[in-house]
Amino acid sequence: MSFTVTRLIHNALNQRLSLEEAVFLYENAGLTTLGSAAHAKRLALHSKPIVTYIIDRNINYTNICVSGCKFCAYYAAANAETEGNVKQKPFLLSREELAQKISETIALQGRQILLQGGLHPDLPLEYYEDMLSFIKMEFPEIHCHAFSPPEIIHFAKLSGLDIKTVLQRLIAAGLDSIPGGGAEILVNRVRERIAPRKATAEEWLDVMEIAHNLGLKTTATMMFGHIETIEERIEHLMRIRELQDRTGGFTAFIPWPFQPQNTALSVQPATADEYLRTLAISRLFLDNIPNIQASWVTQGPKMAQISLFFGANDFGSTMIEENVVAAAGVSHRLSEEEIRRLISNAGFEPRRRRMNYTLL
Amino acid sequence: MNTILKQADLHDIYEKIEAGERLSAEDAERLYSSRFLPLIGWLATLVRERINGKKAWYIYNQHINYSNICTNLCKFCAFGKEKGDPLSYEMSIEEIVSRIRERKAEPITEVHIVGGLHPDLPYDYYLKMLRAIKRERPEIHIQAFTCVEIAHIAKIGGKSIEETLKDLVNAGLGSIPGGGAEVFSPRIRERLCPSKLSGKDWIDIAKTAHKMGIHTNATMLYGHIETIQERIEHLIALREAQDETNGFLCFIPLAFHSKNTQLEGISQTDGVDDLKTIAISRLMLDNFPHIKAYWVMLGQKVAQIALSFGADDLDGTILEEKITHMAGAETSQAMSKAEIQRLIRNAGFEPKERDTLYNPV
Repeated sequence: MSFTVTRLIHNALNQRLSLEEAVFLYENAGLTTLGSAAHAKRLALHSKPIVTYIIDRNINYTNICVSGCKFCAYYAAANAETEGNVKQKPFLLSREELAQKISETIALQGRQILLQGGLHPDLPLEYYEDMLSFIKMEFPEIHCHAFSPPEIIHFAKLSGLDIKTVLQRLIAAGLDSIPGGGAEILVNRVRERIAPRKATAEEWLDVMEIAHNLGLKTTATMMFGHIETIEERIEHLMRIRELQDRTGGFTAFIPWPFQPQNTALSVQPATADEYLRTLAISRLFLDNIPNIQASWVTQGPKMAQISLFFGANDFGSTMIEENVVAAAGVSHRLSEEEIRRLISNAGFEPRRRRMNYTLL
Repeated sequence: MNTILKQADLHDIYEKIEAGERLSAEDAERLYSSRFLPLIGWLATLVRERINGKKAWYIYNQHINYSNICTNLCKFCAFGKEKGDPLSYEMSIEEIVSRIRERKAEPITEVHIVGGLHPDLPYDYYLKMLRAIKRERPEIHIQAFTCVEIAHIAKIGGKSIEETLKDLVNAGLGSIPGGGAEVFSPRIRERLCPSKLSGKDWIDIAKTAHKMGIHTNATMLYGHIETIQERIEHLIALREAQDETNGFLCFIPLAFHSKNTQLEGISQTDGVDDLKTIAISRLMLDNFPHIKAYWVMLGQKVAQIALSFGADDLDGTILEEKITHMAGAETSQAMSKAEIQRLIRNAGFEPKERDTLYNPV
């Protein structure tokens, strides 16, 4: 079968793209052709000229991690196997520090925290339950967007419980939704090479499916631009699209390019062209996921604004605190006011939202 | 794409471009107010590919800013200083030559020289500078002195523009950079740079140079207090001048950086504005061979994307750029040849090293 860009662009706006079609478009369409189609798709899904964002804070409760992924500049070694990374000093956040960070978030009008951490070798499930209960008791208005699938799987292994039971216990303690981190590339060839100790693609998807079935909303991410092929990037999108067809539980998709500095992977970072191309193809391919986030944290304010015309309809979070990307040597800062200005100047109405994308 | 062009209400402009018709000021305004950013880039790419194919040029050059002492002190400038200011400097011919000498091992094809309007450096200083550089590195092309400096040098020497240009060319001048154009509108010049050469005189000097066989570039400093209409008028004035003389090589839109200027507080230009300005420049300046995305001002990411919005040149591997960095540009001082080639290839274009006159190196 022979493809043409013109026909596939037409298809992309009128029906589902197959994996082969998406790979062909990624590799052959001009950047602005792809962007025009992605923007048309975005307007078809969100006809109102609104761009959303959320005020929240990334709180990392620990950086101690047994996973030791090669792409990570943030973790501190938990044992001999992962002691390759000596740059980070290990920490575990105290209750006081946690409460302090949440109070500061509330003072900045934030009503959500993104709570994630390394895979700590020996904290029991009760530790995380207590952490959630403590937050909910002290700050009942706070939405806990917490624990990516690799953390959930880690808790299950340590406690000897199944995923569903772990999730039910965390929900009972105050878990509101799950962030889409740890997905990296959902292809096991890639995972075996960059994150051999981390959850497999199937395990990651399984946690999300169980969470969706328990009524939790989650997001999905993709960390691209390391050792994966374009086919593998699209395969990642395919697996997310398939799961979403079954559950409808993903609120948003967040692709972001790998930042290689201070990590054990030595590759050139993805360029701006690759970022916009990947964003646009994600918008076209994931026809069943309502929202796509721009990544100003990795791309900076200019590129994030441009992203709003290449498929993104959400500016992500104000990130009162961000540590993981910063550890890889990339630090952009944006205030809520600047985010609103960038959105308005691009011709959209900036609107604050909740995790589930309802407007505030 | 037809459906999308119609949805974005740009189909008639597309038809004009396809037919090779000129776009009007009104078309440019419509493009500026369009919300369909990638489509504007797509339209500009039609013209870009017609003129430059998939080529993306870069140059290995050396920048020399011989003095920051300036009698104009424009409000948008963080570089110019009064004589006697502790931060002011001027380079002797010897210093300039030693800068050239210390990089002689590098395959530099152009030295790019601009400076302030120094009140009392003599006419001879400029001629000596050119001669001394040529003596040190005879094969190098010297692109030097904006139209504003040419007017100033002529005044200091008490000579006409033609005579001055003739002397400069005899001393080694190869071509003239595009700076000092700012925005031609008298309203803007009165408010931001009242002492500066007028827009009309700037164009006249460029045209005089063209008639003598000297190529020049043109710039536009955007993102301060100018209106979209004033930008478009600027582009149309350049297009008309080019119709007459055909001596402009390249147009370079320059994103304003406000830090350390009297306009401090004006935000950095938006990425969307940067790309629209590149694309609309490409579309309006149909008689300019080249449009440059000056990466020092735009940042590497936006400059790379600009290649898909009409730009065919990323400028160069620059060392010691002072003017933009004084105004708070956060880009690094230099990008290696390998890095510039990677950015270009990665965006689907062919990297081509050039000399000043766009001959492949």
